[in-house]
Amino acid sequence: MSHFLVPVFETGFFTSATVQTAVLVGATVPLVAAAVGVFTVMRGQSFAGHALGDIGTTGGSGAFLVGVGPLWGFVAISIVAAAAMEMIGIQRPRGRDLATGIVLGAALGLAALFLYLDATYHNTTGATVTILFGSIFTIAGSTTPAIVLLSVMVVAIVAVLYRPLLLSSVSAELAAARGIPVRAVGALYLLALAIAVALAAMTIGAILSTALLIGPAAAALRFTRRPGTAMLAAGAIGVGATWLGIVLAYDSYYWPPVGHGWPVSFFVVTIILVLYLLAGLPQLWQARTRSASAGITREPVAAGDR
Amino acid sequence: MTGEGDRDRNRAAEREEILSVDGVSVSLSGREVLRDVSFRICAGEFTGLIGSNGAGKTTLFRVILGLQAASAGSVKVAGRARSRRNPMIGYVPQKFLLDPDMPLRARDLVGLGLDGHRFGISRPSRARRELVDEMLAAVDAQAFADARIGTLSGGEQQRVLIAHALISRPRLLLLDEPLANLDLPSGQEVVALLARIAAEQGIAVFISAHEMNPLLPVMERIVYLVGGRAASGTTEQVVRTEVLSELYGREVEVLHIHGRVLVVAGPGDDPEAGHEQHGPLVGVQIVQ
Repeated sequence: MSHFLVPVFETGFFTSATVQTAVLVGATVPLVAAAVGVFTVMRGQSFAGHALGDIGTTGGSGAFLVGVGPLWGFVAISIVAAAAMEMIGIQRPRGRDLATGIVLGAALGLAALFLYLDATYHNTTGATVTILFGSIFTIAGSTTPAIVLLSVMVVAIVAVLYRPLLLSSVSAELAAARGIPVRAVGALYLLALAIAVALAAMTIGAILSTALLIGPAAAALRFTRRPGTAMLAAGAIGVGATWLGIVLAYDSYYWPPVGHGWPVSFFVVTIILVLYLLAGLPQLWQARTRSASAGITREPVAAGDR
Repeated sequence: MTGEGDRDRNRAAEREEILSVDGVSVSLSGREVLRDVSFRICAGEFTGLIGSNGAGKTTLFRVILGLQAASAGSVKVAGRARSRRNPMIGYVPQKFLLDPDMPLRARDLVGLGLDGHRFGISRPSRARRELVDEMLAAVDAQAFADARIGTLSGGEQQRVLIAHALISRPRLLLLDEPLANLDLPSGQEVVALLARIAAEQGIAVFISAHEMNPLLPVMERIVYLVGGRAASGTTEQVVRTEVLSELYGREVEVLHIHGRVLVVAGPGDDPEAGHEQHGPLVGVQIVQ
């Protein structure tokens, strides 16, 4: 490695198995989150996405209690919660917040119990922190095939549903008039959202999963005009933020308190926030130049008249 | 679209019956929203569906679209029983205002009119792009074709929606209260555009409104809905004191003032009377 890169990539970065797993997951999950997240923002279901992440706490703590990997806890609870939201009526604009709120409350009650039992029986609070705030460095290498497989599944669902989902996200009435089964499409999308949230919870923690799902998508929507472009941009933002977060977290081992390392999720979420704010700049600049040029545009017409 | 053959076909199509509604009744949670409604619409005709809020306009559209089952009667589109996803019908829904953040260009929405019901991601092709451009041109929307749909004005969004509905080459175009959110000039523009489409492409245009005056210059036929019952015919046949009084079940008067039509309660009328009198006057219809 060239000499000046050493301060960026600390010794052992590229040979560490933990880092390799983290980099792979960091390249996969943000892409899934981007594909699903753009639709989540378009459909106004960000609260549902966030709630599914919080609800992941219940699955993660439950999985820890019975001794299975947290991924399966996240995935199972997320799908069950999404199904419950669907039945209560998340697809009606008025039922949306209600359905989300009811399911969220019930699940978090259960999470309180599970986390208490985890702490009591296993005599550790580390699990609680990992479930809530996550750490991409704690993902077992053996979990990665499952993560990649689930990622492919979600992207496949979104790709197959793409056009009907887009039209029903624009207007349920327009879609219904075209013969699209709006409810079934919405329910399948909710399944994709549930799995995507579970994957995001694995990556940066249950509570923070929404940052990875909504953040890059919201940033991309500030400067793109097409859903496909928005997804590509959101994917790039998500992967970039996660990778940069991994590097910084690895480096932070040498920051005070020396020998501990800062939580990687903190870096990822902060970078996403910064990118979201930066994404607003082109719009701001455009608005300024448009108002500045508004007075000038009439001149060529006048010249033509002469 | 402007060849000799097309024009001949359009002329021949003008007498063709595109929509026939026969004795349609609809009950929603025990309340009768439509009662024995019958009328016909032919190709190339501009027809207004006039009625106050709650008269049953949207329900009637939903029945025609196949999204709402009728408790009695039948609907036929171009001679065939209506079905879900009927490519013969183009539809522009009510109160359609998109969020400015929606990442969708006007041309993307028009393209979804062509293949939005298909699975997968659309493959860009020259034929598809040219068709989208043609539709955008037909509604004078080229200037904002690449703008985000949510940043357009209400009138511009309506025009894009009309292009979205037209791209599948429907025979019947349904528009639910397209003028409701528009200022007067934008509304006039949309009405003129629709009249042109009906005349040039031989499409039957069926447009609902709670106010008939903006449509009077171009409206050939009218379906007048009061409390779920309908009278239909040419505007002259229907918008008359006797016909509307019978429909309302109380005395109303049709006044013509400066080219505008006003329907007012008749002299000495009890304003409460209209609410319960639906009994003996079922399915008032003017047959041509």
